[in-house]
Amino acid sequence: MLMTRTPSDPARRIIPGTPIFDGEAARKGLGLNAMCYSFNSADNRAAFVIDEEGYMDRFALTDPQREAVRHRDVLGMIAAGGNVYYLAKLAGILGLNVQDLGALQTGLTIDGFKAGLLAHGITERTIAS
Amino acid sequence: MSEIVGGIFTSHVPGIGAAIAKGLQREPYWKPFFDGFAPVHAFLEREKPDIAVVFYNDHGLNFFLDKMPTFAIGAAPEYRHEDEGWGIGGFKPFVGHPALSWHIIEQVVGDEFDPVTCQSMLVDHGVCVPFELCWPHTEAWPVRLVPICINTVQHPLPSPKRALELGRSVGRALENWQGEERIVVLGTGGLSHQLDGERAGFINVDYDKFCLRNIVPDPEALIQHDTLDIVELAGSQGVEILNWIAARGALRGSVRELAHNYHVPISNTAAATLLVENHAMVRA
Repeated sequence: MLMTRTPSDPARRIIPGTPIFDGEAARKGLGLNAMCYSFNSADNRAAFVIDEEGYMDRFALTDPQREAVRHRDVLGMIAAGGNVYYLAKLAGILGLNVQDLGALQTGLTIDGFKAGLLAHGITERTIAS
Repeated sequence: MSEIVGGIFTSHVPGIGAAIAKGLQREPYWKPFFDGFAPVHAFLEREKPDIAVVFYNDHGLNFFLDKMPTFAIGAAPEYRHEDEGWGIGGFKPFVGHPALSWHIIEQVVGDEFDPVTCQSMLVDHGVCVPFELCWPHTEAWPVRLVPICINTVQHPLPSPKRALELGRSVGRALENWQGEERIVVLGTGGLSHQLDGERAGFINVDYDKFCLRNIVPDPEALIQHDTLDIVELAGSQGVEILNWIAARGALRGSVRELAHNYHVPISNTAAATLLVENHAMVRA
């Protein structure tokens, strides 16, 4: 991977495959992210598991956000304003770690996603004398 | 007079905390990362710092998007970790240093920064995992904590130049602190990784090596890129390098690398550890 970058309008920089969680996303995603933030509490995680729809009502999720949550559609959640640091808390309830999330978003199998990471296979160490 | 003994820069992947809890440090997957801490442990044993000033980012424990500071400085007498939603925990509480925190706040505001000040603050894995790595097998942390949180979550993020200047301002505060304590500076997060989008799993070894090669002798090299350049080069979450840049700025003396370790992958991340010493005077 060369250290090149894409010249583009800094006001609306497009980096392929890379969501930029900016003010527009933060506004759109506030309800979904607030719901996910609430999952820092074990009681709230349990309440979600018991009644997902009712729990989404409490945070006034938008229709696209609800659809994405219902279908465990990670890219859909991000398109609806979800931020991955908060979505990770929802993923935990669903038994998914960040590598599972990676596989879901890239369309790879989990083994395929992990293999891509392991392919870098580098360890370098220096210790000054 | 205080003494700033050096800096420790490390990844803070939550899975590292889980691996420590399960005692997996010698497993083949984890060993190449954990082995990188031997020089850090020797350094800390030798230098015995009293205070750690930690530049990190919160991932949705203390701060939510309703109130998202660009820079926040802890000024609490104590800090603790709480449930982040997915199960790592059991981290020891931290003793703060409110007098030094306020001294830093006075300095940085005097230098025309505008931080949020926090007399109550939870600290997440961005602080806890590096502490576990640096001081394993301790009953209580041997250092007092001053946490400095940088927004790496919601764009616009502070520029790399601004992060470096914030660090330099904090470094001035540490240098003119009249206490006798020995201070170590930590920068946590990174290196390249991306958790979200179709490019999830992105790692850029060339950029990481560029950072490791330059951050000690020429930190200005890292601020030639703006934050979105760094997102492109290092991945959405690789932009946590801002914490390293700020921490590097806080080391204003004669700075020399003592060791570094770079290992890919740990979870989705290119994991790195860098140890540097700092001396007020250049050694002859």
